[in-house]
Amino acid sequence: MAKMYHKEKSIQIKSSASALYNNLSVLRIAPRCLTYFTVVHANVVNMVSASWDGLNYSHRQLQSKEGNVATSSSLIMQAAWCVLPSRDLLVLTSQKGIQMYESDGSIMVYWHALDTPETPTAQAVFARGIAAVRDKYICVGVSSGSVLVFDVPSKGSNITLSEVLEEHTEPITDMASECSGSMECIADLVSADDSGTLCVWKSGGDFQLLNKIPGFDTSCSSVKLWKGTVIAGYGTGQIRLYEGVTGILHAEVNAHARWIYSLDIAPFTGLLLSAAEDSLVRVWHLTISPETNNVEVRGQKVWIQWLAKVFIPFELFHILSPYHHKFKCIY
Amino acid sequence: MSTRTLPLLFINLGGEMLYILDQRLRAQNIPSDKAKKVFVATVAEWIEEDRKRVMNDIITTMFNKKFLEELFKPQELYSKKALRTVFDRLAHASIMRLNQASMDKLYDLMTMAFKYQVLLCPRPKDILLVTFNHMDAIKDFVRDTPSILSQVDETYRQLLEIYTSLSGGEFQLIRQTLLIFFQDMHIRVSIFLKDKVQNSNGRFVLPTSGPVPYGTQTPGLIRMFSCSGEEIKRVQFRDGGNYTAALREGSFELFGDRVTKLGTNMYSVSRPVETHMSGTSKNSSQHTKVNTLPNPLAKEELNLLAKLMGGLEVQKPSHTDSGFRVNLFATDEEEEEALITRPEELSYEVINIQATKDKQANAELAKIMGEFTEAGDSSPSSSSKGDDLLAMMDGL
Repeated sequence: MAKMYHKEKSIQIKSSASALYNNLSVLRIAPRCLTYFTVVHANVVNMVSASWDGLNYSHRQLQSKEGNVATSSSLIMQAAWCVLPSRDLLVLTSQKGIQMYESDGSIMVYWHALDTPETPTAQAVFARGIAAVRDKYICVGVSSGSVLVFDVPSKGSNITLSEVLEEHTEPITDMASECSGSMECIADLVSADDSGTLCVWKSGGDFQLLNKIPGFDTSCSSVKLWKGTVIAGYGTGQIRLYEGVTGILHAEVNAHARWIYSLDIAPFTGLLLSAAEDSLVRVWHLTISPETNNVEVRGQKVWIQWLAKVFIPFELFHILSPYHHKFKCIY
Repeated sequence: MSTRTLPLLFINLGGEMLYILDQRLRAQNIPSDKAKKVFVATVAEWIEEDRKRVMNDIITTMFNKKFLEELFKPQELYSKKALRTVFDRLAHASIMRLNQASMDKLYDLMTMAFKYQVLLCPRPKDILLVTFNHMDAIKDFVRDTPSILSQVDETYRQLLEIYTSLSGGEFQLIRQTLLIFFQDMHIRVSIFLKDKVQNSNGRFVLPTSGPVPYGTQTPGLIRMFSCSGEEIKRVQFRDGGNYTAALREGSFELFGDRVTKLGTNMYSVSRPVETHMSGTSKNSSQHTKVNTLPNPLAKEELNLLAKLMGGLEVQKPSHTDSGFRVNLFATDEEEEEALITRPEELSYEVINIQATKDKQANAELAKIMGEFTEAGDSSPSSSSKGDDLLAMMDGL
């Protein structure tokens, strides 16, 4: 297989990345030839805006919020852009709640506080797992296992909590919406939790649970949904591919020697990136064979010491290695 | 994040502290005034007795029942300042004295050692095995003293009760909480540099060889299945690392082989403890603004700390002299030099604590302050003894 990537210029971020799952989010703004990146550092989100010619960078920091307190030390679990047809929003999930900003991070348009108990309980409280679904939903996971569904208007701050999905009983780790762009796929969203349970949903006024794929006592830390296939990365270093609606296991890959921290997929070529605590990033090629409707996986090992972002025309990969505060852009 | 992190942080850091102090006490030269007191026992016996007493005193304080009760309650991690204050107190819970520079160095070593152990744990649950390694060693330190031994056993039971049922995901959350706590700490430790587990920029080396964690398969195999669940294809890929099959699982019981070496004593008389403070690289001196933000939890935390201090049972030194000083450096001159040249960004701040209004706590604090006044040194704020723990710190 020909080499699928090449290294480009490094981008420095203001502080190191915290050890959190899926800790890098990327938003490409083609009309302005800009790419935004966010990386979480404790109670702060570092945002970099990079011009495509590699000449201009600007930085911004966003803070976690807490009730009526001006500055908060509550830790942020994840930051991610939600791309909806009418607008892009930047969503931050923390120990205290959920913050939603305009895509450049300039204005906070919505704040949802979590129910935090007076005295701390054995079960930690936080929000984690962010996905934009179809035309107007943003879904966020919670440590109780609930998935909050927010209804987002095409502009303005009149965002409302429209539904709470209660299927998981363990903390949500990650969520993903169908990214192939195909309108034929039935499943819109997959949610994963600490027990490895995967729930596959269809969006709508009332979200419908299409399938619940049981875990095997291993946390699923990162998940993607592509052409109806659930791609899940686990704490054991395994990647599994399931058909979302039926729950059929297509493939199982002993991919990494340590906990998987992030997955990303390039929807048009089926290139999958996995990053784990073993310090390796691996590139995989997934193909769906129409006759059998089976998914095939081929692997190619790659050694990348720093975080790497791989760009194939029209497509993007992103991964982040914890604690490093510099990353290389690969175009 | 995880509300179950503090006990593990405290016990593991405490364990590292004991390893370091034990090594330094063995290596320490006899202070000249002590030598004068020797007229019956041999010099070696005297030193051995003092060393054991210091260790026993510290371990007794560490495992004080009331303190542990507070510690094991679900709560957020203390701030770095608060934790350092607790260990300052702990290190001085005996007749041993440490100067500022030595205390700083001790704390640097403790924290970097535990950070290393957390980072290198093959799987998050192994942090509990690291904790048991520390506990096993602590138990060995006090094996001749049944009263303290029973305190240690009680702590074992609490650890087993709370942690053995936690899932891998919960342990990973604990681990992430710890890693965020240790984030951006890159102090270079001589032993780590020599063993090549730490680079000269202070970062730890993650090995890409060796056994995989228990429960993980060695990378390399892709299996593909038909719709009926039959395996239809197997593909091997070259995994790029050099991994071998997992070792057997360590024991999560009161006794047993923990298998992992992380958390065992890496110091010995022939491998003395040292840190490199000079020439901190640009990267490692980058420190976040997080620490300078006013912490809305600080007040609660400080009250708790005061409660904890009140609960610490302090051994009244039977010697009326001022105890003996332990130096973590090779010479007194080196120690003084270290204090002066310590980089600004690495200085630890110890908290000024206002004692609670609670009368009982005040009485306890006053008692502690009284215990810790150096002989001949009058307490600077003798008029408000119960009110200001800062005075207590200053009086050390």
